Amino acid sequence: MTQTALPTKGRPTSGLGAPSGPRKRTFTVTRGLIVLAFMAPAVIFVAIFTYYPMISGSQMAFRKWNLADLTDTSWVGFDNFTAIFTDPTFFTVLGNTAIWVFASIIPQLLIGFALALWLRRRFRFRGVYQALIFFPWAISGFLIGIVFRWMFNGEFGVINDLLVKIGIVDTPVPWLAKPGTAMFALVVANVWYGVTFFAIMILAALQSVPDELYEAAALDGASKPRVLFQITIPQIATTLALTVLLRVIWIFNFPDIIYAMTGGGPANQTHIVTTWMIETTQRGDYGHASATGLIVVAVLLVFSAFYLLALRERKEVRS
Amino acid sequence: MTSHQSVVGRVIRVLFLTLWAVITLFPLYWITITSFKTPGAIFSYPLAYWPEEFSLENYIGLFQKAQFGTYILNSLTVSTAAAAVATLIAMLSGYVLARFEFRSKSAVLLAFLVTQMIPSFIALGPLYLLMVQLGLVDQKLGLVLIYIAVCIPVSTVMLRGFFANVPDALEEAALIDGCSRLTALFRVIAPVMKPGIIAAFIFNFVNCWNELFLSVTLMNSDENRTIPTALNAFITSFNIEWASMAAAAVLTILPTMVLFAFASRYIVQGLTAGAVKG
Repeated sequence: MTQTALPTKGRPTSGLGAPSGPRKRTFTVTRGLIVLAFMAPAVIFVAIFTYYPMISGSQMAFRKWNLADLTDTSWVGFDNFTAIFTDPTFFTVLGNTAIWVFASIIPQLLIGFALALWLRRRFRFRGVYQALIFFPWAISGFLIGIVFRWMFNGEFGVINDLLVKIGIVDTPVPWLAKPGTAMFALVVANVWYGVTFFAIMILAALQSVPDELYEAAALDGASKPRVLFQITIPQIATTLALTVLLRVIWIFNFPDIIYAMTGGGPANQTHIVTTWMIETTQRGDYGHASATGLIVVAVLLVFSAFYLLALRERKEVRS
Repeated sequence: MTSHQSVVGRVIRVLFLTLWAVITLFPLYWITITSFKTPGAIFSYPLAYWPEEFSLENYIGLFQKAQFGTYILNSLTVSTAAAAVATLIAMLSGYVLARFEFRSKSAVLLAFLVTQMIPSFIALGPLYLLMVQLGLVDQKLGLVLIYIAVCIPVSTVMLRGFFANVPDALEEAALIDGCSRLTALFRVIAPVMKPGIIAAFIFNFVNCWNELFLSVTLMNSDENRTIPTALNAFITSFNIEWASMAAAAVLTILPTMVLFAFASRYIVQGLTAGAVKG
């Protein structure tokens, strides 16, 4: 990355590989060298420390590979996958993952949307308010898990204290000790964390909606719900749909809160696929963990493909 | 009638915004309050929403009983080094991706995007083995190298968005004057987009500062632990010592919050620009 920087002299002349750039630039050796030299460090780092381990991790899925016994790392075909699919825990884990993703994302989307709609208008202290409610972003999921674990503590947790004071429950609830309430507590923490992301993305999308549309609607005397459903939502629909997809993938792969709050417990009942996989890795069974990882990738690919297809069809129906 | 409606709407809006602000801030308030209670006061009824006396005992304990100073220093070193190098590298790649058309461009962008979608835990085991081969297990340099690679994709996309907003007339003038690309990039363009570069750096820094699973996997000696790894050790031992944990959490959150407060506007700009423009 040091010896680069050749000066580009004059106009480029040759017309090789004519790209479709905004300004119809043509290929020259000099420009090619600059691209190569400037891209090289980024590509090399990502290749060595991200792609190489990922690919070599993928092949472990088809091997016996346990840190406890590295003398035998023979190929075992689909044995790791069979072991996973015949393990009843796997299906609990898969179900948990679905709950974790959808129960988190729907409230995140709704609250984030409402926040974005209201933040779009100018009001006094808007900047301060925005900074205040965006701060969860600066905190790691792990720490958020710890903070919520403390708040959901069965004996000295503030959430029980508040609920008893308000009169919603009579006696403190041991939130994290039972699977159902534990999952609920996890989702609460995740919703708290993720609203910010939706608020930010939707706010940005809203700001790209032309004001004239709203002015025209106001002239026509359109009601607020009509403006929302016939102007705002259609205008940002694509961004919204893609944000939801990215978020589904991200939350699917997001173990930090669960890892810190319950560690997958009690009795494996709050594991999602990624926390389960981390546990397997920590036991040293890399073959099993990699196979789980590949299943995750496959599930996400299939989901994304269907989602994008459905999205495209809807668009075609509309237009 | 319409004015009546808008009054109701306004009340709802203010109520909602206030409620959400309270919900957002409460966990932070609670962990901070907890950290200033004495260990005894934390486990006593009724819960105190404002401590009777503010005690620094938990904070002092962190530095006396645990080597919290070392952990802070480790986190600071690793995060600063990784964020600085990653931001530099991402400036180069982001610049090229914003200014040049080349055949493998969309392939590179796709490859960067994919890194965000595949569970990184699939690479956890192999990364450990790679570090064994390189002799970098339990060394800060190893962690720095990996963090750089983790930071590059997102910050490249972010910086690319910022570069796209700088008119290229600026560097073209410099190039005609005989500047090299590299000089033009660092002397002419970088000063103009300082906020974007700082935002990318802070974003990277915070991500490294918060990273847990890679450092837990790679750093096993106490003297090399980063803060999240140390907190993780607080948990996995039988009982959580909530008093120290609360103080440690506050110390961990504080710097990132301060940094974010400075840069959040630009980070939001960079991320949304990157995402919207693709």
